[in-house]
Amino acid sequence: MGTATLVLLETTTSNLRSASLPAISAARKLAQSNGGQVVGVVIGSGIAAAAQDAARFVDKVLCCDNPGLAAALAETWAPVLVAAVKQIDAAALVASATSTGKDILPRAAGLLGAGMASEIVGVTGAKTFRRPTYAGNSLTDVEVLTPVVVATVRQTEFPPAAPAASAGTVEALAAGAIDALGSELVALHASKSVRPDLTEAKVVVSGGRGMKDAANFKVLEELTDLLGGALGASRAACDAGMVPNDLQVGQTGKVVAPELYFAVGISGAIQHLAGMKSSKVIVAINKDPEAPIFQVADYGLCATWESTIPALIAQTKAIKAAG
Amino acid sequence: MKILVPCKRVPNPDLKLKVANGSVDLAATTWQVNPFDEYAVEAALRLTEKGKGGERVGEVVVVSIGPKETGAQLKQLLAMGASRAILIAGEDSALDPNAVARTLQAVVAAEKPDLVIMGKQAVDGDDNQVGQLLAAALGWPQATFLATIVLAADGKTATVTREVDAGVEERRVRLPAVMTVDLRIIAKKAVRNEALAPATAEWEDTQRLASLKGIMAAKKKELREITADSLGVGAGLLVKTVRHEAPPARKAGVKVASVEELVAKLHNEAKVI
Repeated sequence: MGTATLVLLETTTSNLRSASLPAISAARKLAQSNGGQVVGVVIGSGIAAAAQDAARFVDKVLCCDNPGLAAALAETWAPVLVAAVKQIDAAALVASATSTGKDILPRAAGLLGAGMASEIVGVTGAKTFRRPTYAGNSLTDVEVLTPVVVATVRQTEFPPAAPAASAGTVEALAAGAIDALGSELVALHASKSVRPDLTEAKVVVSGGRGMKDAANFKVLEELTDLLGGALGASRAACDAGMVPNDLQVGQTGKVVAPELYFAVGISGAIQHLAGMKSSKVIVAINKDPEAPIFQVADYGLCATWESTIPALIAQTKAIKAAG
Repeated sequence: MKILVPCKRVPNPDLKLKVANGSVDLAATTWQVNPFDEYAVEAALRLTEKGKGGERVGEVVVVSIGPKETGAQLKQLLAMGASRAILIAGEDSALDPNAVARTLQAVVAAEKPDLVIMGKQAVDGDDNQVGQLLAAALGWPQATFLATIVLAADGKTATVTREVDAGVEERRVRLPAVMTVDLRIIAKKAVRNEALAPATAEWEDTQRLASLKGIMAAKKKELREITADSLGVGAGLLVKTVRHEAPPARKAGVKVASVEELVAKLHNEAKVI
C-alpha cells in the first residue's frame, strides 16, 4: 500500500494554472496523514515548460506529454491518471474542482474502483473529508472505504499553495494506448472577459432578477470594473437570459469567496447563498426589506439598484480619487 | 432512438434543511424530481420529437432508484411524456455514487439504450459523479455539463456544447454515450435531433409541465418495479457518510440607510474599498 499523494495539475503549455494551487494545499494536508510525497501529474501536448513550472510546488512531477492528449478529454486523461496512480502506488488522487477536475476525476475513480469525495472543504484524516451537501446547508463528514482515495477540492476553501523550499524532479509518464472513444474537441469559445476570473476575483458584483433586463447589467459592469472585480449573477438572472450561465454564482454555478461581494437585486435563494456565503464582506442592495439576502449581508441597503448604483459608482470614484 | 434517463427523487431544495444530532431530518420535507434530471427528461423528449408538439419517434425510458413513494415522481415524468418507467427499490442510506452507477450499468445492459442523459448532479448529495462513473463502467464516452445537444441525422454522433470555466467548449461525441446536462439545456433551441426537427425548431424556454392529457395518458404507461437483486447488482459502499452538521451561521449584519453610509462603512470599517 503506497503513501504518495497524487495531484492533477492543470497547465497551459508553459505554466501551472493558479486554479490548481488550492489542490496542492489539500494534497500537502493529505500527505501529512499519508506520510509520503506530494506528486503532481501534468497531462497535455508540448508541456515540458509547464512541467518545470509545476515542479516548483511538489516533490515530483509526472509529465505525460503526447500530441494525443492536447485536449482535456475524460476518455483519454482518466486512463493516464490511473497509470500515474499505479506508477507511484499512490494512496490518494486529488484535483481542484474546476470544470476539468469535476469532469475527469470521477471517471478516474470509476476506473480505479476507488471511492471519491467531491468538492471537499476539509481534510480530517487520510480517508476522511468534510464536504458541503444540500447546497451547503449541511457540512458532511465522509469516509472513503477503498485503498485509494479520490477527491476534488473546493478552491475557495484551501489557500493557494506557495512554491516548495526546493523544486521537485520531473519524470516522464508513458501515455499508453490513447483512445478518445470517438470524442473530440471541436472548439473552445473562450470568454472574452478582460476581468479577473470569477472564482479568483477579490471583488464580485452580482445581479439578480431585480436587474430586470440584460441592458441594465451595464451599470453593474461599470461598478465591477471600477473595483477591479468580476461580474456574477444569480440563477434567476441567468435563466432569464440576462447574462450567460458561466456568470452564475450558486449551488448550480460557481462558488466564490471574494473579500467583497455585492448582491444587487438578488433575493437570496438557498441555492445562491450556497455559492457566496463564504465571502468576507457581503453587501446586499434590494428593494424588498424581507429578502433573505439581508440575513447573510454584513451591510444591507433596502433600495432599488436604479436609485443606488450610480451614486455608489460616483462616491467610490471620489474615494479612489482622494487616494 | 432509445434514451434512458436516470432520475433521482430529492427533498425540496427550497425548504430549510433540518440538521440535528449528526443527521438530516427529512421527515417533514416534500419530495420532487432532481431539477437537473427533470431537465434531462425534457432534453430526451425533445430529441425524440418532430419539433414542439410533434409526434414522438423512439422511446424515453426513465429509471429511478428509491423507495416505493418514488413512483409519484416517475408518474409525473410519464405525464410529461416519458414512454415508460422503471423503479428499482433502494434507500439513499444504502447507496453511494458507485452503487448507483453499478445499478444503472445493469439497467443499460438490459435496456440497451442509444443514449443515457441525466442531470449533472443531484441537489441533495451534490456529488456530480454518477454520470462519469456510469460512462467509465460502460466504457462509453461521456459529455458532461451540457448546454446544447444536436444529434446528427444518422444518429451516430452528437455535437454538444459544455459550459466550462474558460468559456464554452464544443465537442463531438460518438453514440452510445453518457451525457449530463446543465441548466441551459432547456433553452428554446438547446436540443435538437437533425433526423426529426428542422434547424428552425424551437421549444418553450423551460421544461414542460404535465398536461391533463399527459396525466391521463400516463395512467396507461408502464411503471415497472424491480429489485436491485433481480439485476444481479450487490455493490458495497465505497464512501460512507459519517455525520451531518449545520454550517456555522453568518452573524447578522447591519442595515444602512443610504449610499453615503454604505460607502463610508466599506471604506472606513470594512476597509474593502
